[in-house]
Amino acid sequence: MTNEQIGTLFQLMLQYAVPTMKIFALTLLWSIPLGMIVALLKMCRFKPISWITNIYILIMRGTPLLLQLIVAQYSVPYIIRSDICPEFIRSALGGIDIRSEAYTFNMMLIAFVLNYAAYFAEIFRGGIESIPKGQYEAAGALGFTRSQTFFRVILPQVVKRVVPASSNEIITLVKDTSLASAIPYMEIMYIAKKQVPTYASLLPLFMAGAFYFAFAMVLTVLFSFIEKKLDYYR
Amino acid sequence: MAMLEVSRLSKSFGELTVLKDINFTVDKGEVVAVIGPSGSGKSTLLRCVNQLERANGGRITVCGSDMMTTNEKGKAVFADTDTLRSIRLKTGLVFQNFNLFPHMTVLRNITEAPTVVLGMSKTDARAKALELLKKMGLEAKADSYPCELSGGQQQRVSIARALALDPEILFFDEPTSALDPELTGEILKVIKELANDGMTMVIVTHEMAFAHDVADRVVFMEDGYIVDEGTPDKLFGEEASERVKQFLSRFNNFGA
Repeated sequence: MTNEQIGTLFQLMLQYAVPTMKIFALTLLWSIPLGMIVALLKMCRFKPISWITNIYILIMRGTPLLLQLIVAQYSVPYIIRSDICPEFIRSALGGIDIRSEAYTFNMMLIAFVLNYAAYFAEIFRGGIESIPKGQYEAAGALGFTRSQTFFRVILPQVVKRVVPASSNEIITLVKDTSLASAIPYMEIMYIAKKQVPTYASLLPLFMAGAFYFAFAMVLTVLFSFIEKKLDYYR
Repeated sequence: MAMLEVSRLSKSFGELTVLKDINFTVDKGEVVAVIGPSGSGKSTLLRCVNQLERANGGRITVCGSDMMTTNEKGKAVFADTDTLRSIRLKTGLVFQNFNLFPHMTVLRNITEAPTVVLGMSKTDARAKALELLKKMGLEAKADSYPCELSGGQQQRVSIARALALDPEILFFDEPTSALDPELTGEILKVIKELANDGMTMVIVTHEMAFAHDVADRVVFMEDGYIVDEGTPDKLFGEEASERVKQFLSRFNNFGA
């Protein structure tokens, strides 16, 4: 490969790193708050809500993310065609153009968010349940309401406790975004694979690998910094 | 004037009845020590009065307002949320394990409730907290985190935290039980000073010499009943019931 070819390839790869980062950022943006809600629903004292939430978590964690991504793509056309689909859902979904880029992207994002929210939910639940009962009692005895107790006393302590497990999950997400290439959605993995026969070289795959590695490294450094920042108390 | 009136109070956890027919009054400025063997229901009594547990029957009145009563059918009826909250602000509770908020500085531990719950300004809350810390001999520790303090210091902070809300009555649940013996003295000294200031207090304790020293009245509990009560001189003296004498004989550090 000439230097010029390498330069062109590098630029192409950089260009397709953008959609990868987009999946990554939007998945986190939605799945972290959703994960918090799911965690609270699972701890709900009204048992049916807790059970339904648990079934959702079990399915999301028990089936491959790749399968979920593909199911999400097929879902709308199959729901519309299904005999048991109520009319109002059919008409609501009918306006969606399933060939549009927006459809592909949004359904993919939904699958990523639902999957990661389930993992985050379990991390957050573990964090919330690890806070000693005495913290709630002390806050209650001081007259804090339930929401004041949660937001001022419990949540700040939960954040510190869930950072290590969450950072692990977030770094996994960097690499899981590559599953989007199977949909197919054009991100860095998709383009790297496609360039291999064009250039008759493994370089595109190495470049993609280097990108993921660098991305993960940046996050690793960032999270160790955050962990240190939160280390002001035991 | 009675700050706390408890009558016919009962509490059970499933099959286990922990409190049976408790009748108990605390007057303004009075210091009451509650003693008795482990599992006698002392802590549960404190927890029911502080709304950490819900009693099953009887009546609790704090500073004249009913926290709970029992209807004709024998079912416990609790006051509405606002009343319960206003009662909570009149009572303060100091825990055995301090339960300080580890992510807040000492100062913030004390100012948080006055600012958030009472809506006090940050400046006023801070001034008050520093004053309380000075009283506790901890003004130098205002910006420390609880994990940087000894157990005795943490417990003094938690007393300051409870006092910051100006409670009418302060409860202590075995305040020295989690401390090394050499640290209990500093807590007992603080409680003694509060007693001298006229604070109404109920102290569950295993420190018999301290109970004798500081309390106006000592209550002996066993198996969910108040078995005996009276002045320290009566309870720790010859007039006490046989059961109390038997219990006290196990405390060889008690020299009265």
